[in-house]
Amino acid sequence: MNEFFKIFIIPGGLLLLFMFLSLIRLILGPTTPDRIVALDTINTLVVAGMILVGAAYEEVIYIDVAIVYALLSYIGTLYVAKYLEGEAKK
Amino acid sequence: MWLIILYIFLGIGVFFNCLGSVGLLRFPDVYTRLHAATKATTFGSIFTSLAVIAYSFSRWNACGDSKFRVLALHTIVALVCLVITNPTGAHAIARAAHRSGIMPKQAVIDELKEAKLK
Repeated sequence: MNEFFKIFIIPGGLLLLFMFLSLIRLILGPTTPDRIVALDTINTLVVAGMILVGAAYEEVIYIDVAIVYALLSYIGTLYVAKYLEGEAKK
Repeated sequence: MWLIILYIFLGIGVFFNCLGSVGLLRFPDVYTRLHAATKATTFGSIFTSLAVIAYSFSRWNACGDSKFRVLALHTIVALVCLVITNPTGAHAIARAAHRSGIMPKQAVIDELKEAKLK
């Protein structure tokens, strides 16, 4: 470990804490769009945390995983939103 | 010198991510929650990524290892992906929520619905 490991891993742990806070909203959200918003927030926090962990371990491949995760979570959000819209029309 | 910039960027990023997830818990309906969560977490993630970019540029200047150049470049690509996709996803969620009939709490007027009636 280099001396910069702690600088990046402590904010990563804090982001994990905020993910758990968003998970509370995902569990007790009264409607379906509330849950989607909570999931979208968790996805953004996961991408930020992956970038921080990649900088902490100095591994470029973790950043690549973060790029792919950002694009795939966007596709997932769009898909669920499209599904909700189609459900409302019936 | 750059260590101070790194601490400032990380502090701003973590603080705004905290505000985003707390706003998700505190606000009354889905639109205000979306407003708080999307804006604040996008801003916070931009700043944590900027901290990583500043860190890798400074390490690249210090030791000249090309690994840090690749780290900075890929972080910039991830940042661009995040900045483009996040507001688009939020727009899709808000549109789907309005189409599925969820009204904002304490709404005075709903101009979108009135426009659709015509």
